[in-house]
Amino acid sequence: MGEVEKRGEHAPAPAPADWTYAPAPEGRDIVTLRERYGLFVGGEWLEPRSGEHYATISPADEEPLAEIAQAGAEDVDLAVGAARDAFSNGWSSLSPSERAKYLFRIARILQERSREFAVLESLNGGKPIRESRDVDLPLAAAHFFYYAGWADKLEYAFPNRRPRPVGVAGQIIPWNFPLLMLAWKIAPALAAGNTVVLKPAETTPLSALLFCDVLRQAELPPGVVNIVTGDGRTGAALVQHEGVDKIAFTGSTEVGKAIQRELAGTGKKLTLELGGKAANVIFDDAALDQAVEGIVNGIYFNQGHVCCAGSRLLVQESIYEPLVAKLKRRLSTLRVGDPLDKNTDVGAINSRQQLEKIQELVASGEEEGAEIYQPPCRLPEKGYFFAPTVFTNVAQSYRIAQEEIFGPVLSVLTFRTPDEAVEKANNTAYGLSAGVWTEKGSRILWMAQRLRAGVVWANTYNRFDPTSPFGGYKESGFGREGGLHGLEPYLEFDGAETFGG
Amino acid sequence: MAQAPALPRGFELPLEPRLPRIGSVDEVAVTERAETLAKRSIKKEAKLWALETAVRMMDLTTLEGADTPGKVAALCSKAIRPDPVDRSVPSVAAVCVYPNLVPYAKERVAGTGVKVAAVATGFPSGQFPLDVKLADVRATVELGADEIDMVIDRGAFLSGRYAKVYDEICRVKEACGEAHLKVILETGELGTYDNVRRASLLAMAAGADFIKTSTGKVSPAATLPVALVMLEAIRDVHDETGRVVGFKPAGGIRTAKQAIQHLVLVHETVGPDWLTPDLYRFGASSLLNDVLMQIRKQKTGAYQSPDYFTLD
Repeated sequence: MGEVEKRGEHAPAPAPADWTYAPAPEGRDIVTLRERYGLFVGGEWLEPRSGEHYATISPADEEPLAEIAQAGAEDVDLAVGAARDAFSNGWSSLSPSERAKYLFRIARILQERSREFAVLESLNGGKPIRESRDVDLPLAAAHFFYYAGWADKLEYAFPNRRPRPVGVAGQIIPWNFPLLMLAWKIAPALAAGNTVVLKPAETTPLSALLFCDVLRQAELPPGVVNIVTGDGRTGAALVQHEGVDKIAFTGSTEVGKAIQRELAGTGKKLTLELGGKAANVIFDDAALDQAVEGIVNGIYFNQGHVCCAGSRLLVQESIYEPLVAKLKRRLSTLRVGDPLDKNTDVGAINSRQQLEKIQELVASGEEEGAEIYQPPCRLPEKGYFFAPTVFTNVAQSYRIAQEEIFGPVLSVLTFRTPDEAVEKANNTAYGLSAGVWTEKGSRILWMAQRLRAGVVWANTYNRFDPTSPFGGYKESGFGREGGLHGLEPYLEFDGAETFGG
Repeated sequence: MAQAPALPRGFELPLEPRLPRIGSVDEVAVTERAETLAKRSIKKEAKLWALETAVRMMDLTTLEGADTPGKVAALCSKAIRPDPVDRSVPSVAAVCVYPNLVPYAKERVAGTGVKVAAVATGFPSGQFPLDVKLADVRATVELGADEIDMVIDRGAFLSGRYAKVYDEICRVKEACGEAHLKVILETGELGTYDNVRRASLLAMAAGADFIKTSTGKVSPAATLPVALVMLEAIRDVHDETGRVVGFKPAGGIRTAKQAIQHLVLVHETVGPDWLTPDLYRFGASSLLNDVLMQIRKQKTGAYQSPDYFTLD
């Protein structure tokens, strides 16, 4: 017998083969960066009146990429003025089908230049090229395509309500999906006939600045979209500006609350898309291997810099052990490193500040008594990196189960019954998203009715589509982006309460 | 006549969770995962290693009614020395033929490391009485086959007669003696990934040394999601019982690029330990030349005309 028997029955594993993937970096050459950028106001590049610039870096190696203008109150004033001129002198009275043409054009140019944008997005933000190439860019173009379609159908979208544009929209976007969040904001605003002043995040302004090139290529009338860069001070100036009719903010709950306080009583419309601490609920009848993929995609996608990240894993106790074993094994195959390498799964943390915040919260988790697991992986010496992390033995009262970490850190909790799962999932100040994994269709619907979350994914996670509204409950904000709902905040209606207004 | 025992008050249940857990497969998610893994970019020395490993793990196959001793002899020569120009290219793992051709293949590969595999058990349909299938297996082993590729009874499987499928595999395994048993699930006929997983676990529980996707006579055959589901089943069996089972995707793998995608799947699912001919085989007829062409390209930097590679 010998040979054959051995092969079948408990054979010792053969010696491991050495198969290390060779580096496969996407070329950087496709991106041409200027040394210094001004502000994009009225279709022109302006030097900031403030006279201030700051360096934007690549978080993967901390090398400076370009000098970025720090817009002051005066600069913001110019931008809002340009947007107001453009609104009054043409854009708002342009025939809707003409507006649509510009949006279609922008969408097509984004598709044509998608490789360039994807590289830039990874370079400046640290996200893996696989994600910027396969998620950010296709979705950004899709948003423009989708809202282009609505531009000339607003009367049908909101029958008998006489929809008309709000005016000048001030938009402030975060650093986790710089171009995609720009698309989420600009596409519906323009489709509804508004003009825009947009402030990209301090650490990731480059794709928004390259987007100005797209606007010129699309021959969008000057002043319809203005881009002002800078830190929180620029954002504050935009929020406070009297010429702005509507503020749309995506970012931290803390800043969102400050904006809401600031705007109280001003009559400006507001939508907020803030933080989250989503529960990803795994029932014992779920397809386990795919649930593991969903967990990984839920929390390690974009280094966990996702407001709807599935950062709390709720596992039914009867499958806790096999599931966590599978999850840990899967973690060991995640490839952490150079964002521009096509095989990288987890890239760089966006900034030193964010890295420190993650480190601080992870330390608190260890201190409070949770058990930490990180797969063995070599992190690059330069740049901001953090190993994918799982905490087990987490109690609902620990900070890592309550606070948004916004990093690749997962907290695992258990539950016994569906009721308990709902109770724990909803036991948070946030309410942006949730995931449900079960093979039982009726339980999916039962859960979806009870989860206080703007988005509930069933047997998948972190899936986005321009046709689907996105937004939160409670401290995750209000107002919806995407879908028909996403147009409402950018429209005024006759005699009707408007959503989030 | 003995009295029938009184009915027990209850009945027996498996009180421990049965291992391995049969579970289910989510089709959308498994397809997505396979697509993501297929996008791995394998370059340079990593690519060359993968290509040579693919050659080493290949079951060079001909399964035609028109197969002749001459055709099989040519195939065997190719199997032993795939690239006559570049002698550093290794031999393939085995040739795979119909039972009648086994003696010719055996003779030709004698003294080399190349094995002879043969299909049996009423290949490709499996719709034959069990004793015919077993006779088929015994005869093929007697003719000298080192490895037997059997088909499961899909008719029985799809009508829920799992015990029949299980029992047949056990009996075939017994009939194989020292020959090595690969169990073909013919996933293209199973309809769902849940079934693919169930059939994989069933075959492994019944004693398969390898589980194999397809006969090559039905399309779709060895798709990436199917391979992923089967590899996950192999991994679960190994994790929970320690039993090591091999995998053979067969049918539809024609290009080096596809082969590398399959190897990435193995590498990131069951791990590098499975990247050996003992535990992994490609069942293919036309794949070899594309792999050889890519090896030449990796080594010389230039593509060469297909005319430089032998058609066998």
